[in-house]
Amino acid sequence: MGIKNILQSVSQGERIDAEEGLRLLREADLLTLGELAGSVRKRLHPDRMVTFIVDRNINYTNICVNKCRFCAFYREANSPDAYVLTREEIFRKIEETIALGGTQILMQGGVHPDLGIEYFEDLFSSIKSRFSIQIHSLSPSEITYVARKAKIGISEALERLKNAGLDSIPGGGAEILVDRVREQVSPNKIRWREWMDVMKAAHHLGMPTTATMMFGSLETREELVQHLTRVRDLQDETRGFTAFIPWTYQPGNTELGGRSATAVEYLKVLALSRIMLDNVMNIQASWVTQGAKIAQVALEFGANDFGSTMIEENVVAAAGVTFRMTRQEIVNIIQDAGYTAGQRDTRYNILSVVT
Amino acid sequence: MSLSHLKEKIKSGTRLTREDGLDLYRSHDLLALGRMASHVAHKKNGDRVHFVQNMHINPTNICVNRCKFCAFSRSKGEAGAYEMTIEDILVKARSAEQGVRELHIVSGLHPDLPFSWYLDMLRSLKKEFPRIHLKAFTAVEIDYLAKLSGMTLRDTLLALREAGLGSLPGGGAEIFNPGVRTTLCAEKISGDRWLEVMEIAHGIGLKSNATMLYGHIETIEDRVDHLLRLRELQDRTGGFQAFIPLSFHPRNTEIKKSSYTTGFDDLKTLAVSRLLLDNFDHIKAYWVMLGEKITQVSLSFGVDDIDGTVVEERITKMAGGTTDGSMTRDELVNLIIQAGKIPVERDTVYHTVRTWA
Repeated sequence: MGIKNILQSVSQGERIDAEEGLRLLREADLLTLGELAGSVRKRLHPDRMVTFIVDRNINYTNICVNKCRFCAFYREANSPDAYVLTREEIFRKIEETIALGGTQILMQGGVHPDLGIEYFEDLFSSIKSRFSIQIHSLSPSEITYVARKAKIGISEALERLKNAGLDSIPGGGAEILVDRVREQVSPNKIRWREWMDVMKAAHHLGMPTTATMMFGSLETREELVQHLTRVRDLQDETRGFTAFIPWTYQPGNTELGGRSATAVEYLKVLALSRIMLDNVMNIQASWVTQGAKIAQVALEFGANDFGSTMIEENVVAAAGVTFRMTRQEIVNIIQDAGYTAGQRDTRYNILSVVT
Repeated sequence: MSLSHLKEKIKSGTRLTREDGLDLYRSHDLLALGRMASHVAHKKNGDRVHFVQNMHINPTNICVNRCKFCAFSRSKGEAGAYEMTIEDILVKARSAEQGVRELHIVSGLHPDLPFSWYLDMLRSLKKEFPRIHLKAFTAVEIDYLAKLSGMTLRDTLLALREAGLGSLPGGGAEIFNPGVRTTLCAEKISGDRWLEVMEIAHGIGLKSNATMLYGHIETIEDRVDHLLRLRELQDRTGGFQAFIPLSFHPRNTEIKKSSYTTGFDDLKTLAVSRLLLDNFDHIKAYWVMLGEKITQVSLSFGVDDIDGTVVEERITKMAGGTTDGSMTRDELVNLIIQAGKIPVERDTVYHTVRTWA
């Protein structure tokens, strides 16, 4: 059987299973995947709007107990360039973010061995008492760590953090949601079920989250597709994922080394994500790993969101990849591709349409 | 803008008009452009994607023309000016890897060197590397060399060929529109003269490429007109091998524009070129300017050639080019295979050296 039937299913709005997804990834050419992803995108977003958020990544520490092999950012506690930001530094960064029209901060570590839940409760509530800003922070790995450290359950930890001011959770640390891959690239990090459990608990508390996928390291294509179906399965249950963000492993300065996925592979996987995740509204292009040109082209491969202006980004930069984009550049690129640019908030509400 | 009327034309192989070219450019339907361009590319070249193992040599950046879009050129005596001797050039060529079969040699227009120097350079290279193809001198340089030699263009080209010149690269075309050209590079030869040089070169059996510099101050009308003039000449001579659109790099130039071309514009320009230039066998994505990523994606937008290994090109680098100066053969092959195409190593005149089937 050819892939004709699969193409037809997708264009009729039917869901495809893992095996069909795998066949698309293996057999469909680049333009075919783009056309299919475009048809799904058009169904979900008929308005030709491409959104972005003005935000800043604040990496409060680079000290990390996980020491993932694909990561160029982490440091040992005694390393000369290890750091923990002071509260004043964090506040100053938030002030700058707000001055630049930012509506969200994304705070992630390092999973620092000494920072417990009280530290974050205190930090979040003091941020909320000073600033009007969305706190989109702490990936599942950090949440799990502080819960364990406090000897409390995930839900309880999330509830306490939420009460302190945590609004939503970024989908980082998902890497590939298959333990065979995780054991190799991030042996000390939480396993796929634990990642999912945090997301599930967050969704049940009404906290939206995103989901990411880092691909192009050691996973097989089967495992990549399994990642997609695992995200889709939870989404069927909770509807709590606002967006899916695939990006490519960046080998620079990492223990794992090797090559990065090529641009064609990125666009194919992005398109497949759009096609398979029929229940996740938004797909983000990753200009941070792909650069502005491919991120723009990604709009024809299923992406409807340009992610963040990232006033600051440190993690990908540590791997030697430093693309930079201003708000104006993002808007120009969206418009150049024939779309309307809209600044959004964390929950994808449109704050302003840029004309 | 719907492109359905053009899809029919492309399918039936009907030549596109100026208006068709403008419609293609005005469309935002990037994938439809890719489909059409792929159809044409496939008819001409199947799934084959060509590359050559080559080395760029830029003997001097001293140039009597000081084009505003150029970050490479210097005046004599200016900081950063350099010139290589023939011995320097030979040393450089000796550093080429086994397997390099083309030297791509372009330069500034040096104020002092006599015509005989250029003949000596070609002869010296040919003598030491008889099997390496010398692709040298843009039409702008040929015009300048004719002035130095005091001979006609034809006799100048014949003398250069006699000394070892194998073919001409396509540089210096920029944009033919005289108004834009005056703003960009007032001292450079006109578009008419560029085409005249090419016509004469083709007439004596020298093949060449053709280029277009886009993404500065030109309009899409200027681009389409540029392509159509190339198509017209190609109808008469058949001497162009490949068309290579060159994306403008703004850094360190005098053109006031801060932005690079977009991914859409790069892919559109390649696809439109493939569709309008129905009498060109090859459309080339020059990865040094476009970056590896867009170059790889462009293989689904009408491109069948990604130039070469390009050891140490200096001209793009000076204008803020972000790619490394070279890619190995294995990297080029991998890029093509990962895009689902068949890598073909070629020589300068498109004889197959090796196919990775």
